[in-house]
Amino acid sequence: MKKYLFVLRKPAHSGAFAQEMLDIILTTAAFDQHVSLLLLDDGVFQLKSGQQPEHCGYKDTAAIFNALELYDVTEIYVEAESLAERGMLAGNLFLPVQVLNRREISGFMQGFEVVFSG
Amino acid sequence: MPQDYKSTPLEPRHKITVKFTLQINSSPYQSNAGRTACEFIIAAVAGGHQVLQVFFYHDGIYHALKYATPPDDEFSQIQQWQVLAKEYQIDLAVCISAAQRRGLLCSDEAWRQGKQDNDLADGFRIAGLGQLLAATQEADRFIVWG
Repeated sequence: MKKYLFVLRKPAHSGAFAQEMLDIILTTAAFDQHVSLLLLDDGVFQLKSGQQPEHCGYKDTAAIFNALELYDVTEIYVEAESLAERGMLAGNLFLPVQVLNRREISGFMQGFEVVFSG
Repeated sequence: MPQDYKSTPLEPRHKITVKFTLQINSSPYQSNAGRTACEFIIAAVAGGHQVLQVFFYHDGIYHALKYATPPDDEFSQIQQWQVLAKEYQIDLAVCISAAQRRGLLCSDEAWRQGKQDNDLADGFRIAGLGQLLAATQEADRFIVWG
């Protein structure tokens, strides 16, 4: 068993990218690995409440994020500056998250054995 | 890893062999991810290290298109992968779901889908995300490009 960190940096509906990252996240969790997520930059939009992706023909990735708890994926981290730069608060997100400051990120990443960047 | 690996001797420089798994996420004409990764593989093997698997995901699956036909005077990324795979026995694994989404089907898969196609270049194989996971478990280091 290894500790996996998935760093999500792209917005919710940028092609199939976010959806394909969720596929890896679910696969990793299904293999009983320790999975954490870190949302940086535009990645914070992936957890924005009130998405209506059906209007642009995308799958509702929020439903997949909501299912992560069933796979014991509950450690979701968000960078404070990424939220602030986009005028968002942790309360605008549809999942409970832990907020980290930018200066804490590199030290935080060192606690993981495998880091997926996306 | 030395910056200029070409000037270093080809004998293993480290006593420890590091096992790498690599992932390529962008297409050959979208970024230089593939070329950088190939240079990395050459340097890693020259340094006595081992590359367990290169996994092609997202638009990275376009590296495995059999019928990519660049002009004769242009660099062929697919050829470089094929040479590396043959010389170093590197496992070039293409994600099945990402490939199917984008229309890259090997003949078996095409048959299962009721289609006629055979797009997978020699030297590559179709694989699932579980095989990527297994490769990250076995590797000491995992590096993502693109």
